[in-house]
Amino acid sequence: MAGIKFDSVRRVFGKTVASNDVSLEIKDGEFMVLLGPSGCGKTTLLRCLAGLERVDGGRIYIGDRDVTDLAPRDRKLAMVFQSYAVFPHLTVFDNIAFGLKMQGRPKDEIKRRVQEGAELLQLQDYLARYPAQLSGGQRQRVAVARGIVMQAQVLLMDEPLSNLDALLRLQMRAELKRLHAEIKATTIYVTHDQVEALSLGDRIAVMKSGRIVQCDVPMNIYDDPASVFVGGFIGTPPMNFLKGVVSAEGAPQVVVGESRIAPTPAQTPALAARRGQPILLGIRPENLAFASSAQRNTLRGHVVVVEPLGSHKLLTMQVSGETIKVSVPPDQSVASGNDVWLHFDADKIRWMDAGSGDTIH
Amino acid sequence: MESSLAISRGAKRAPIAWRHVRDQVGLYGAAILLALWTLAPIYLIALSAFSTKAGVSAWPKSLLPTNFSTDTMQFFINSKGVLQSVGNSVVVALLTIAASLLLGAPGGYALARFRFKGKQTIQLSFLISKMFPTAILSVPLAVTFLQLGLYDTVWGVALIHTAMALPFVILLTAGIFVGVPRDLEEAAQTLGCTRMQAFVRVVLPLALPALAAAAIFTFVISWNEVFAATIITLQHRTLPAQVLSSLNDSPLYYRFAGGFFMIVPALIFIFLIRKYLLNMWGSVVR
Ligand SMILES: Nc1ncnc2c1ncn2[C@@H]1O[C@H](COP(=O)(O)OP(=O)(O)OP(=O)(O)O)[C@@H](O)[C@H]1O
Ligand SMILES: [Mg+2]
Repeated sequence: MAGIKFDSVRRVFGKTVASNDVSLEIKDGEFMVLLGPSGCGKTTLLRCLAGLERVDGGRIYIGDRDVTDLAPRDRKLAMVFQSYAVFPHLTVFDNIAFGLKMQGRPKDEIKRRVQEGAELLQLQDYLARYPAQLSGGQRQRVAVARGIVMQAQVLLMDEPLSNLDALLRLQMRAELKRLHAEIKATTIYVTHDQVEALSLGDRIAVMKSGRIVQCDVPMNIYDDPASVFVGGFIGTPPMNFLKGVVSAEGAPQVVVGESRIAPTPAQTPALAARRGQPILLGIRPENLAFASSAQRNTLRGHVVVVEPLGSHKLLTMQVSGETIKVSVPPDQSVASGNDVWLHFDADKIRWMDAGSGDTIH
Repeated sequence: MESSLAISRGAKRAPIAWRHVRDQVGLYGAAILLALWTLAPIYLIALSAFSTKAGVSAWPKSLLPTNFSTDTMQFFINSKGVLQSVGNSVVVALLTIAASLLLGAPGGYALARFRFKGKQTIQLSFLISKMFPTAILSVPLAVTFLQLGLYDTVWGVALIHTAMALPFVILLTAGIFVGVPRDLEEAAQTLGCTRMQAFVRVVLPLALPALAAAAIFTFVISWNEVFAATIITLQHRTLPAQVLSSLNDSPLYYRFAGGFFMIVPALIFIFLIRKYLLNMWGSVVR
């Protein structure tokens, strides 16, 4: 049993609060992805868990052990560093074998496991080389292999695929997913790449300025972002936001530019409580479609740019003075300069507080 | 449009190129002057050390090795006390290396890896300790060494040389350890090493060439040091002390040969480690 529990973990560097009372529970065998902009404290959280950074407050548990004050080696976890931290004076083989040797494993077992790890990361041909003789991507794979062969119950990976080319990255992603299904290590995986996050994570924890702002299964994070920040961070392109005002009288409706948007019955009470107040309408680019005429829930839009992307066309449009992105099928006929009607289902809309940016439920 | 851009760039480039040439000439001119300043005496000493005994005092001097001979060097090496003092010098230098690395490297490591109160002050005070001339300390030092039974022993000389070398060794090794990324140590720790094991298995192998250079630098400091060695020894002289003490009653060619003999190891070693010496000031100051 090796679940992980962060209990109000705090880490401060001078004036920067890198971990602001982070509480997070990760179940045994779960694959947790940490996602967030640069400098939001992802690495710091991993380092606290690994014992490389002392915490200024809070406790950390692995399984039912309180590891807060243990040395890194006593925490029994493997970590893949963002900076690779591959040992320059050791060959690829010795790098991958390092941890196993420290555990005093027999020679043939080390050899077998290093071979397996090298195969998984396509490093078989480089085992005798020194890191200086490798490309950045190869070095990164050595770092991943070195962590994986430990078969620790807890595996921490800090942007382990960041330096690979797109194709290899795609392969490795699938390999990591397969590997996790196989060894079931409790995994924390840091990435900037949301596709990676959505594809790999059992759950995703989205971080901002040292806090976890939302932690949920990938589909909920995508469909139901907790705030403008999360919606605007996840998705390529991210969620669109339009300013509106809740109508002062009658059935609650939201006025966006010339249009009036009617909420679903489930959304109505929350909006009714905000009569006359400004509000944000969040809608994903793929949930907007062309309509032939003005009808319920349509917006008037002006096409500025058309980008054919193969599987779809990405449009940049002006709607009531704001710029939004719209994704339409590849065979949709459209040219820049067109003025069109955009339609959406009311249940795809997310309403956010105009001040705090938090989603209104 | 494009061509006018090219022309205006070309027009600007000419004076820049000229300035560049002027700067380069100035720089190299100064460097050559500086090099001559130190190389000329060395050359003259070498010239005399490898001429016949008569040639040393001949006048006017030829600036080329016209009467090459190893007589002078042989005479020097076979002189009474020289070989024994070479032995003493080597022993003292080795003891100094061992002591100053054993004491200095951990200090350097601490400066490189930890942030602590008064770090800057400590770093500065290492250098301040170099401000006191040995001459001021000589009498109390000799007295203390007499009391301690260290007077006229290689141990005593090594002790003083260690004190002299320590500030440099600490700063040098700090620079070396800063150069070994901290992540590597941390990675080793997550892979099952204690701090000490991580140091021995990862930091030490990576720092070894530079540490060897620091050792050689220490060797040179000890090998060249004359003042303290002269004051606190009588029978067990190091080479510089031996040469110095016999300077007044020895012929000119003995002095040149001795001078040359002492310069050479220092020159060779410094040449070998020049890359690391440049590191000393650069990388610790973060
Ligand atoms: N040793 C340190 N000293 C001072 N500040 C630090 C230190 N380590 C991290 N920080 C600060 O803490 C904050 C969080 O850093 P962290 O490395 O955890 O970010 P991150 O989310 O991993 O970013 P990235 O995605 O760029 O790797 C940053 O503002 C960073 O500047
Ligand atoms: Mg990071």
